[in-house]
Parts: sequence; structure tokens; C-alpha cells
Amino acid sequence: MNARIGYIASNTFREAVRDRVLYNLIAFALLLSGAAIFVGQLSIDIERLVGVNLRLTAVSLFGVVIAIFIGIGLVSKEIEKRTLYTVLSRPVRRWEFIVGKFFGLAGTLVVNTFFMAIGVFGALLYVVHKFTASDGLILVALYFIILEFLIICSLALLFSSFSSPLLSAVFAFSLFVIGSFADDLRGFASLTHGFTRWIATGAAYLVPNFSALNVISVVAHQQPVSGQLILQNTLYAVFYTAMALSGAVLIFERRNLK
Amino acid sequence: MAAIEILGLEKTYMVGFWRKRPKRALHPLHLTVEEGEIFGFLGPNGAGKTTTLKMLMGLVFPTAGTARILGKDWTDPEVKAQIGFLPEQPYFYDYLTAHELLDYYGQLSGVPGKDRKRRIEEVLVRVGLTDVKGVQLRKFSKGMLQRAGIAQAILHNPKLVFFDEPMSGLDPLGRREVRDLIEQLKHEGKTVFFSTHILSDAESLCDRVAILHQGELRGVGAVEELTSAVQGKVEVVWQGTQTPASMKALGAECHITGDTVRAVIPESQQDAAIDALRRERLKLIAITPLRTSLEAYFVEKLQHSQTTAGNAK
Repeated sequence: MNARIGYIASNTFREAVRDRVLYNLIAFALLLSGAAIFVGQLSIDIERLVGVNLRLTAVSLFGVVIAIFIGIGLVSKEIEKRTLYTVLSRPVRRWEFIVGKFFGLAGTLVVNTFFMAIGVFGALLYVVHKFTASDGLILVALYFIILEFLIICSLALLFSSFSSPLLSAVFAFSLFVIGSFADDLRGFASLTHGFTRWIATGAAYLVPNFSALNVISVVAHQQPVSGQLILQNTLYAVFYTAMALSGAVLIFERRNLK
Repeated sequence: MAAIEILGLEKTYMVGFWRKRPKRALHPLHLTVEEGEIFGFLGPNGAGKTTTLKMLMGLVFPTAGTARILGKDWTDPEVKAQIGFLPEQPYFYDYLTAHELLDYYGQLSGVPGKDRKRRIEEVLVRVGLTDVKGVQLRKFSKGMLQRAGIAQAILHNPKLVFFDEPMSGLDPLGRREVRDLIEQLKHEGKTVFFSTHILSDAESLCDRVAILHQGELRGVGAVEELTSAVQGKVEVVWQGTQTPASMKALGAECHITGDTVRAVIPESQQDAAIDALRRERLKLIAITPLRTSLEAYFVEKLQHSQTTAGNAK
């Protein structure tokens, strides 16, 4: 990786870890994960199922909130505060700035997910007292959650490159919600005809398919996840992220920083 | 070799709801700055100084024109490793300490690790921030931020430094220190291009200046060269909206603002001007000798352009 991208990524990571809001969100997520132990105890015989479901959902939701919350300000805040002027007046290309910011935020989310994963496994051990081979599937669910974060980060950056933080947050969160029902949207598209079918199918494939990345319920039921799905989801996330980042770069390369 | 060659740079913004109304921020600008000189870029607020600097830094794209910096095309990334830039009213990552900020900028400028450590300590001493190098920038005053801004602009030992209003936000002592620093940079053989609207700073520091008004270049040259024509002038201000014919006969160029008229006349015509106002029973408000010759030149250029614009209407 280009050294300048690494420096920008590391500074973005440093900015995130020095932001108190991040710690509040992580503390809240861990609290929710802990509370899942007690909810699990109320669910006779299915403590594990309910606990894993709740904890992984907490990791996913809070990660998405962090990704959107930090991601929407990555570019617009730098323009608004004019911190970008002293960066782009150096031998830094605009695309390097965008890519560096992306890796910085992605790194923050990976580290964050790592600590939350410790919380998930710790709480699971407390409930079941010993791990079984099927608990390893939780790692697959966590991997898919990270893929989901990468897509959200790139979308937040894309919106941040041309609109205000508030609008970027609305766009990114809307896409997250719509994308979580992408399978239903595709099902709906297949029921329509003619021109509507074209539009509905186009829209269904344009929004990120977060429902394919959601295997929380499958993992909670200790059902296997196929290697093919892991490969498909990895390629899909990489492709979608690359597309969104390219869009962000294309817009940002042409933007006048008034 | 010229340090900066601006070849017809111009900028027009499209404004209005549909972005269809053009607004010209900078008329085609041709300017050459020689290596090793301190060049002042003067003009009132909104003259187009910052727009020009932003175009040179690649922050804003020109509508037309091009530039060469240190003999290379301005878009060449190599060029940026050899220039330093202090934006107007700089704002930096406030979660970083002064030392971390300089380290980050040093990395981005490609300064190798060992050199970077030494350079950071040197520039911190130079701008007087050594004692607070471990303090987060969010706790810095405006003047301290300006010093941090100057430090980051000279950190990588650039050949050419652009300062946008470098004295802004500084107390008299701080301004003096920045003036000394700019002079030191010149002695080190660097080229300094700085924009300001504080004429006394420009007059005391610059080898040459350019005056920009409403996006147009009004004059360029050595300070003495420009001001030789406007030595010994006074500004006369009186109440009213009319200009006596006898005042016009003195060669005064008058400018009406609200219910006052101001005119710049040669000092030798001062008594005749007072007589003219008395005869017309106009209330004299002030007669002010134009304090510095550059100021006189500046005021004359601005008045001239305003009169021309008024006549055109």
C-alpha cells in the first residue's frame, strides 16, 4: 500500500479512537451484550440461541451506527473545517486521501469488532461453560458483519464526498435499511412486469444486499454456512465497496474546495 | 528561473439556484514571481487573492489558464513536495498535539523519519511552540494556531512558501516575529509569496507587490516603482453628495460613499481644496495625509477602478 494512504489511514484511526462518542457506543453495545445473558436465562432451553442472536445483532447495529456516524464526516468535516487544505497542498493525490480515509475507518471498525467479539465469546462461555465446534460459526457471522461495515463505510464516504453530514447520514442509513430487505426487494421485482420490472430489478440490485450478509440466525441455530456463500459474499463486498469508493473518488476529484 | 508563472488563470463560479448565473472571481491573471523574492499579493477582502492561492494549491480548479511552479507544471505532485502553504485562518486536527501534527504533515510531505524528528524540533523552536508541543491543538489560542500553521508550512524545508494572511490573529509581537521569519526565509534563499491586506507589512517586507481588486490585477512592480507617482497626496473627506467643479479642476478623483465624498489630491493643492469646499458651504470632515506611499497607491488604484465601474454604469 502507498505510504501516504497508510499515514492518512493511521491518522483517521487515531481521530476515531480519540473520539469519546466511540467509547460511549462501544460501552453501550457491550452492556447490551451483557444484558443478553439475562434475557437468555429467561428463555428456557434456548439461552444460547437467544444470546447469540442478540449479541451478534448488537455488534452489527452498533458497528453500523459507528460506521455511519464517523464515515459521514470523514470528507465533509475536513472541507468544512478546512483541515483538508494543508493535506492536499502536499504531494497527496485526492484519491489517496479518500482511500486512506476508508482504510482508517475500516480499521477502526475491525478493531472495534474484535473487542466486541471477545465480549460475545465471553458471554457465550458464561452461558454454555464450554465451547463446541459449531461456536466457530460465530466467527463467520462476525466476518460477514465486517464485510457489511466495509460496504457501509464506502457508502458513507461516497455520500460525504458531495453532501452535508446530515444528508449523508440519512442516505447511508436509508440504504442500510433498504439493503437489509434486499432479498424481499428482489422477490418483489420478480412479481412485477414490463417497465416496472426493469425499474424494480435495477433498484433491487443497486442497493447493497445486506440480507445475504446476515447469517446471525443461521449461526445461532448452529446451522452450517457454505464455503460458496463465504466466497460469494467476500467478492460481492469487495466489488460493491470498490464501486462506491470509485464513485467517491470520481466526485471528489472534480470538487472545488471553496 | 521564475518561481511562479501564472499564465492566464481565471475562475468563474456558477451561482444561483440552478447554477446558471456566472460570477467571475478572477479575471485572466498573468503574473511572474522570481526565485528568492518576497512577493506581496495585495487587495481588499474579496479581491480574489485566496481564490488565486487555492488554484495554485490545486484546491480549486481554474475555469481557464495554467501555471508553472519552480519550472514545472503546477499539477505535478513533485512540485508540492517543494512548496509550503499556510491557509487563511488555519484550522488543524484539534485532537493532535503540535508535535503529532507536524509529524503527520512531515510524513505526507515525504520527510524521512530521522530528518523529520530533527526538523520538527527546529521549527517548533523557530515558531516558539517548544513548550507546548505535547498539548492538543484544541487548547491552542488563535495566535498559537497561526504559529503551528507557519511551522507546518516550513517543516519540509520548501523552496517556495505561500502564506495567506500570515499576520492574521497575531498580536503586535507575533506579527513582528512573523515578519522576521519571512525575512529569514528570504535570506535562506526561499521564495515567499504572501497575500495580505495589511499594507505596512507588505511595504516593509516585499521586493515586489501585485494589487488585485475585484478579481483584476491593478498593478505589479517594486514598491518604490509603484509609489513614485503618488508621493505626497492627501485624502479630503466632506459631507454631501456633490463635487464642486473647482475641486474637479484640481484633478481630484472623487468617490461618493453614502453622504460623504472622498477625494485624493496632491498635497500642494490642499489649501485650494479647502477654499473650494468653503465656497460651496460644504462641511469638511477630514484631511488625512496618506500615511504610507503604498497605501496611497493602493487607494488610488481602488478609487480609479470604482470610478471606472461607476462611469460604466
